[in-house]
Amino acid sequence: MTAARANAELRSAQAKKVRQFVTPEGVDLELRIASAALRFGGLIIDLVLIVVALILFTLLMAWAGISSRSTVMLTIWMLGGFVLRNFWFIGFELGQRAATPGKRLMGIRVVARDGGRLTADAVVARNLIRELELFLPLTMLSASAVEDMASAWTVLAGVAWALTLSLFPLFNRDRMRMGDLIAGTWVVMAGRRKLARDMASGEAAHAIAFGDAELAVYGIFELQQLEQVLRIADARQMREVADTIRVKIGRTAAEEDSVFLTSYYRQLKLRLERQLLFGKRREDKYASD
Amino acid sequence: MDRALPAGDTPAFSTARFRAEREADWIAFDALLTRLERRGATALSSDELLRLPMLYRATLSSLSIARATSLDKALLDHLEGLSIRGYFLIYGVRESRRDRLKRYFLYDWPAAVRELWKETLIVALILILGVATSWLLVAHEPEWYFHFVPEGMSGGRDPRATVEFLRGTIGHGKEAADQEGMLHVFATYLFTHNSRVSIMAFALGFAFGIPTMILEYYQGLGLGAMLAVFSAKGLGLDFGGWLFIHGTTELFAATLAGAAGLKIGTAVVFPGTRGRLEAAAEAGRTAGKVMVGVIIMLLAAGLLEGFGRQLITNTGTRYAIGGVMLLFWLGYYYIPRRDKAA
Repeated sequence: MTAARANAELRSAQAKKVRQFVTPEGVDLELRIASAALRFGGLIIDLVLIVVALILFTLLMAWAGISSRSTVMLTIWMLGGFVLRNFWFIGFELGQRAATPGKRLMGIRVVARDGGRLTADAVVARNLIRELELFLPLTMLSASAVEDMASAWTVLAGVAWALTLSLFPLFNRDRMRMGDLIAGTWVVMAGRRKLARDMASGEAAHAIAFGDAELAVYGIFELQQLEQVLRIADARQMREVADTIRVKIGRTAAEEDSVFLTSYYRQLKLRLERQLLFGKRREDKYASD
Repeated sequence: MDRALPAGDTPAFSTARFRAEREADWIAFDALLTRLERRGATALSSDELLRLPMLYRATLSSLSIARATSLDKALLDHLEGLSIRGYFLIYGVRESRRDRLKRYFLYDWPAAVRELWKETLIVALILILGVATSWLLVAHEPEWYFHFVPEGMSGGRDPRATVEFLRGTIGHGKEAADQEGMLHVFATYLFTHNSRVSIMAFALGFAFGIPTMILEYYQGLGLGAMLAVFSAKGLGLDFGGWLFIHGTTELFAATLAGAAGLKIGTAVVFPGTRGRLEAAAEAGRTAGKVMVGVIIMLLAAGLLEGFGRQLITNTGTRYAIGGVMLLFWLGYYYIPRRDKAA
């Protein structure tokens, strides 16, 4: 049963990303570590935003400098560039959401590893290290490429250095960068989900009655897949899923797909939730009923 | 409530009923959190502030119940996200931004620097060692100078230069007066450049502190070589003043940045009874506080260097200002005071 193993592996992979995080009220928030891909995406967005801001700022200052004929604008430009580069990350991460715009778009945030509050010094420490992980390798590579003074060995050493530091998050379970390590922080998922409609409610949910044997073929995994299908409500997908279920439980297509699926979902959910109340959690269709 | 629910096969407890009963709390909590995130605590009335922890606890309890009873993925995800947001907002910030700043300047900054006193001493010694090494070498054999100071950096200030030229470079000549219009640009450049070097010295610390020490030694080398060149021409005292006016602040800041890096390095190598990660995180926080201070110090040093040094050409006054700055920093950091630890 390879599908059963694949399901189990998927579940254990997801479980590996979950970190216990117990609030003073005694509830485990089960924080999930943000994946490296999400963090890279966030970084790219931030860098693009910084570059755009820099270009706009430069144009503005150039215009102001030329029209006012003073060199003060040059100073403001240099200071502004410095602040933007060093304090973009620090400033945003000190805010209420503890995330830069890039991180917010990716639905992730920074938290303190020990469960305490995220202090300013931790944010500063984790972001000053960025200079080393990101900007130094970049400047080193571009400098050696432009000036052509570095030997092949220097470039190689620079690349090795950059790779060791930049790929560091890939080599530990918690996807920590050097900066996270030193500041004692984590980056975790903080996605916001809208409070969506309960798919088991509504008129269609009572249209058809299924027998116990018909409901016994699926587990929680399939139930939640079905929930997703119902939420997306794509006609072709619903047809496929409904046909699969009909074949499985041996029914003929007598009613509309959405009505069929909604009733089936509602009754399967009711059945599995009742089992849950009795302490039985049937993870997927391969588990025994 | 019961009227809204379908009768018949619904058991006494159903997740639909659970949701119907609790949903209003979640929506209210979500709305409050959104306003809190957007506009801070001032956006909420006192009634709403009082309701906030109640709604938070209600949401957490809903999450526990939902986890045990519900299989609605969207509902579980929503409650989990809401609880996480609520937790970090309610437990995250315990004081206002102004109090935080006040505490930082009054207590946290000097305390963090005091905590680094051992590392500060070591880095200062390394810096002095660098100065001494290159001074001795250059004083005996001027050719060494070119090994320590790159051609581009020196700007003609090397052993071949005349006394007149050297005097001009430290602001006693006529050319110095011409540049006054660009002083602020110069000051800014110095500030941003020095900050980058210091941040680098700090960041390199995690590699067991070794690169930090090398960087500090290298900084000392360049300084010592310059000193040797100027003192060989009998300008040692004047050069000292040129350096002292901002150097006390700048080199102090550089030393502290190195010390902050070294602190992290030593914490990684010698974590003591704690775990290595824990030790690094603790050192990182102290170092982070110091680094904010270092950037402030470098800003002061940049101003002194860009304006003070170019406008004040009297060597005695330069020494006086540099000395006062040094005393100020030493007093601010190391004069014992009552701890107001939070």
